[in-house]
Amino acid sequence: MDFDLSEEQSILKDSLGRLLAQEYGFDVRKKLLGSPEGWSAAMWSRYAEMGLMALPFAEADGGIGGGPVETMIVMEEIGRALTLEPYLTTVVIGGGFLRLGGSAAQKAEFIPDIADGSMKLAFAQVEKNSRYDLHHVETTAEKSGGDYVLTGAKGVVLHGDSADTLVVTARSAGGTRDRNGIGVFLVDATAPGVTRRGYATQDGHRAAEIAFDRVKVPADRVLGDPEDGLPLVEAVVDHAIAALAAEAVGAMERLHALTVEYMKTRKQFGVAIGQFQVLQHKAVDMYVALEQARSITLYATMMADSLDANERRRAMHAAKAEIGRGGRVVGENAIQLHGGVGMTAEYAAGHYFKRLAMIDLTFGDGDHHLARLAEAGGLFPAG
Amino acid sequence: MDLRFTPEETAFRDEVRAFLRNHVSDAVRERLVEGEMVSREDYVTWARVLNDKGWGAPHWPAEHGGTGWGPMKQYIFLEELQKHPAPQPLAFGVNMVGPVIYTFGNDAQKKRFLPAILTLDDWWCQGFSEPGAGSDLASLKTKAVRDGDHYIVNGQKTWTTLAQYADWIFCLVRTNPDAKKQEGISFLLIDMETPGIEVRPIVTMDGGREINEVFLTDVRVPVENLVGEENRGWDYAKFLLGNERTNIARIGVSKQRLARIRELAAKEMSAGRPLIEDQRFREKIASVEIELKALELTQLRVVAADAKRGTTGKPDPASSYLKIKGSEIQQATTHLLMEVMGPYAMPDQGEPEEGWNEPPIGPGYGGQAAKSYFNNRKVSIYGGSNEIQKNIIAKAVLGL
Repeated sequence: MDFDLSEEQSILKDSLGRLLAQEYGFDVRKKLLGSPEGWSAAMWSRYAEMGLMALPFAEADGGIGGGPVETMIVMEEIGRALTLEPYLTTVVIGGGFLRLGGSAAQKAEFIPDIADGSMKLAFAQVEKNSRYDLHHVETTAEKSGGDYVLTGAKGVVLHGDSADTLVVTARSAGGTRDRNGIGVFLVDATAPGVTRRGYATQDGHRAAEIAFDRVKVPADRVLGDPEDGLPLVEAVVDHAIAALAAEAVGAMERLHALTVEYMKTRKQFGVAIGQFQVLQHKAVDMYVALEQARSITLYATMMADSLDANERRRAMHAAKAEIGRGGRVVGENAIQLHGGVGMTAEYAAGHYFKRLAMIDLTFGDGDHHLARLAEAGGLFPAG
Repeated sequence: MDLRFTPEETAFRDEVRAFLRNHVSDAVRERLVEGEMVSREDYVTWARVLNDKGWGAPHWPAEHGGTGWGPMKQYIFLEELQKHPAPQPLAFGVNMVGPVIYTFGNDAQKKRFLPAILTLDDWWCQGFSEPGAGSDLASLKTKAVRDGDHYIVNGQKTWTTLAQYADWIFCLVRTNPDAKKQEGISFLLIDMETPGIEVRPIVTMDGGREINEVFLTDVRVPVENLVGEENRGWDYAKFLLGNERTNIARIGVSKQRLARIRELAAKEMSAGRPLIEDQRFREKIASVEIELKALELTQLRVVAADAKRGTTGKPDPASSYLKIKGSEIQQATTHLLMEVMGPYAMPDQGEPEEGWNEPPIGPGYGGQAAKSYFNNRKVSIYGGSNEIQKNIIAKAVLGL
């Protein structure tokens, strides 16, 4: 058992950490929040230059051959700096669909463009009635000759407004909540029949409501089996959950550090408020929650590539539930311990808190995943 | 980064499992599963079985009769012991006084005391807490006054676990009443047969008879039973309390209890079906399991770090974190087990060890569930209460 980063992994962590510390201070973030795009194209190019976009792809496909640990390292730094660029949606999720479900031709067509930063992807999955169920799909994919025609509406498509290509789940067969009959389609975001309404989310990220009105998708843009795409969706979402957990750990760590710093400097009743035992114990509760989150994230990271899908899913349920619980402990206590200044938009703590709250709502909140884990027999099943 | 056990570690785990299957009697295992007391005789028998195998003291160096194992093997061994379950080596000797003696004691003390800890020829108990010295341990008042070749010890110790079985007690005593409170304390080894020692039981709320008061009146202790230097006892006590990190969270104990909860919840009925099929109850189990899985990874991180840099012997604030979370999880599992038993957690049933020989009331399992729940409130109190642990983290980790 070995918890240490390799030399290459340490270099990745240090260089990205340094870049973000120098170029992505909180003031930079605040400026970007007011801009129409909501994120930095300049930083996107810097990430591409560093090889972050190529990171998870196999070398044979033009990538760097990184795995879940490398993604964890990047996402932790993203969480620490609270960046706004569509890395998760493009590289982890969009890239994940191509890595795990793409044909040789699809990989050859898309991966080079993702790897050099010229293409952005978004995952159009959520529907008005789906809540967190990946198998609840009302959007239809009708067969027409060799091609498909997509009709339906997707919501809260993260970074869907700026994406060049949408990964869309649509039903090619079966009933609304059947596990079978779901296809995964690569759709040009500017194709006729696609309309998008972009907006900001609570944490300053971007998203879109997207309607598909008889959108034609050629047969070569189907990812995997058009009637059995759910296992692919689950595998990719599991990678996304591990990555989100890592982002949450980075954010929790920074938010906890901010809070402890504040407790050492803020004086009331003539002493630093960090002298008060009742406040110290809250800061320790945050620390324990952070360490638990870090540990379960390591577990999720290690399980992301597991060949046993049930075991992999159980690990992600556990991680997402723990991140939700811990994120709340850290986030809510951070605001409380900061007092009034924690409430202000000017100060970073609220921004971290909001991001943690939105991470909980992405791909299933803590309660959702706890329920799924319970149904699946728990983490330490009998026998 | 690789979170899997190495082939060597897996082989070792399998070896431990096979050994436990072949050497732990069904009767002892059953008692532990039910949360009942294990007799003194069973402890002694088991200590000798382990010692014959060379496994009597998992974390001692080989030169003192220990295994010489690294932290990862120690962890694997103890977890398997807890999961089986089998009795663990008696903490007061193996975990506490043993390492103090081989680290700070002289050659005569090592020769006299270490082998008898391994064979349990000497049963040790811990004389730290006093009626006026709990979390504020350094305010202890029991005093030892030098008189020729002896110390004369007067005072009272309390919460002394299993003192009724003990041959020896290691005590913190005040040897310099004028020094700052941490600086006038010494570490003495006292034969329980010495005149002037009286042990009185304290019955705990669960009816248990594991703790005692120990009164010391003009007890004459030979000076050769002083460990290390006079007035340095506080350092040795801190070493003792922070020394043990591989087992403080008791991951295996909670794993075993969770397995038991699942097993019994499949037998117990609720709303016409097994309780384990109740979604809300399943979620409560899963919720504890998630915390336990995270804590297990944290424990392994600490163990791996120890393995890498070598144990320093210094207290590590990670112990505090492991103790807080580990105790919370142990308490949550004992409460879940009581919930599983429902109304049949209510009958107050004795233990065979205490002379109860009536037929069981109820289903014949889980009869000690409520007592375990009550008894396990202790785990967030002893060894430095969880609030003290939080103070330690606030200071040592957060710098507050």
